[in-house]
Amino acid sequence: MLSYDIVIIGGGPAGLAAALSAQKRGAGSILVLERDKELGGILNQCIHNGFGLHTFQEELTGPEYAWRFILQVQEAGIAYKLNTMAVDIRRNKVVVAMNREDGIFEIQAKAVILAMGCRERPRGALNIPGYRPAGIYSAGTAQRLVNMDGLLPGREAVILGSGDIGLIMARRLALEGAKVKLVAELLPYSGGLKRNIVQCLDDFGIPLKLSHTVVEIRGKERVEGVVVAQVDANHRPIPGTEEYYTCDTLLLSCGLIPENELSRRMGVEISPATAGPWVNECLETSVAGVFACGNVLHVHDLVDFVSEEAAAAGRHAAEYVLGGAGALPPAHADVPIQPGQGVRYTVPRVMNPARMDGEHKVRFRVGGVYKGCYISVYLNHDRIIHRKRPVMAPGEMEEVLLKKEQLLAFPDLSQITVKIEGQEPA
Amino acid sequence: MDTREIICIGCPLGCPIQVGLENGQVTGVTGNTCKRGEEYARKEATCPTRIVTTTVPVEGGRLAAVSVKTERDVPKEKVFDIIKSLKGVKVQAPIRIGDVVASNAAGTGVDIIATKNVT
Repeated sequence: MLSYDIVIIGGGPAGLAAALSAQKRGAGSILVLERDKELGGILNQCIHNGFGLHTFQEELTGPEYAWRFILQVQEAGIAYKLNTMAVDIRRNKVVVAMNREDGIFEIQAKAVILAMGCRERPRGALNIPGYRPAGIYSAGTAQRLVNMDGLLPGREAVILGSGDIGLIMARRLALEGAKVKLVAELLPYSGGLKRNIVQCLDDFGIPLKLSHTVVEIRGKERVEGVVVAQVDANHRPIPGTEEYYTCDTLLLSCGLIPENELSRRMGVEISPATAGPWVNECLETSVAGVFACGNVLHVHDLVDFVSEEAAAAGRHAAEYVLGGAGALPPAHADVPIQPGQGVRYTVPRVMNPARMDGEHKVRFRVGGVYKGCYISVYLNHDRIIHRKRPVMAPGEMEEVLLKKEQLLAFPDLSQITVKIEGQEPA
Repeated sequence: MDTREIICIGCPLGCPIQVGLENGQVTGVTGNTCKRGEEYARKEATCPTRIVTTTVPVEGGRLAAVSVKTERDVPKEKVFDIIKSLKGVKVQAPIRIGDVVASNAAGTGVDIIATKNVT
């Protein structure tokens, strides 16, 4: 059986950054498994610019950002297998994978890093009535068709969901000569970045209708049109508000779901709020020696944050293999981080002050749009952080910085709470 | 005097900013809540620019299309001209990141360069 110190499942931005950082920290042998025919993951189809402002202080396109990491991985001599699908991870960290050359094979790992990314929510999960004609694509599928295969999925499109991929695809289709008639968003606010609303919709005169959804898809062989209706506060269509749009294509940009089939099967505990593994501050899951980073852990807005998070996961995985931090009995128990008022989840879920670095970022998302509110952090009942934010929205990840000294010095610390204070959501 | 309405993209706040213009000169900026907003609004009202990203077909490579971009930002009103100027452009593999795919796109003086290696 093949044997590696660290096996990384997925060769996208998370897997690549984790591999580089694990090697830097001293891991002996590392193997990256990638199911596509090249490294880089989803970045390869994200040809727009805006990547890397935090990491490289310049604006790169997705493929350029990926290439910077791929080059480093190749130069570092880190092993990777392309066209290779991991099909099982056993609890003893034996990874079962397959490809056309090697058939089915097993790899014994000392540590595993989960970096499988996420998938798009499909039509089947949206309950839109109608036939199943051709012309319905998830936005990411359409993105791949246009940007990598050089194919245009249709001439007249309606986009349901205003997530960033949907907005980016609205512009992409418009540039390629298709008519984008409408972006409809079920929620009263867009889940996409402001920048994308302006540069992808406003620049091209594409209307965005908030609190609207597709209630019917017409057409039997090919999409012929969709019926769009306004929804009430409970997301129920309001009778009488229906409007018909002719189109041959419907793109769905209705959320991303971390791809955790392998994690679940090996018994990794999954958070219902993120659909990703519960992790501690080392990004270690409930199974010792199994780490998670990137969109498989929680869906990110910016790849720069994925790279940063994955580097931490790689470092901790290397330390686990080297018998460093993991081998020492923690002098302090894990302290749970409780998402309070307005906070949907936090990553990590627990923090161990004894294991912490000097300071540690806790990332989270809010559940609604909050204006002029405060991010507050409590150690037990004492408020230690109270920071004003002009605006917070579910589409933009927030963070707070916790300091090791402060946590270690706190007597009988049993709970950390992150919450939003100030006023009710707008 | 003209007033241009601009939504700031600097942060999720998305401030609606009004820029007063007279003969193409900014006479006043209101509605912004920070300095960055004012800078953005001034530029966006007087000379908005964008980086254009698209793809061109590639022959003999492992992919059918190679992603490309304008080497630097171009005037916003030139975006469609640039896209149009690339119709009919085809490249041969291998192509490397940074290779010039078309020079002086739509007379802007800006080259179109590959953003991906296609072998």
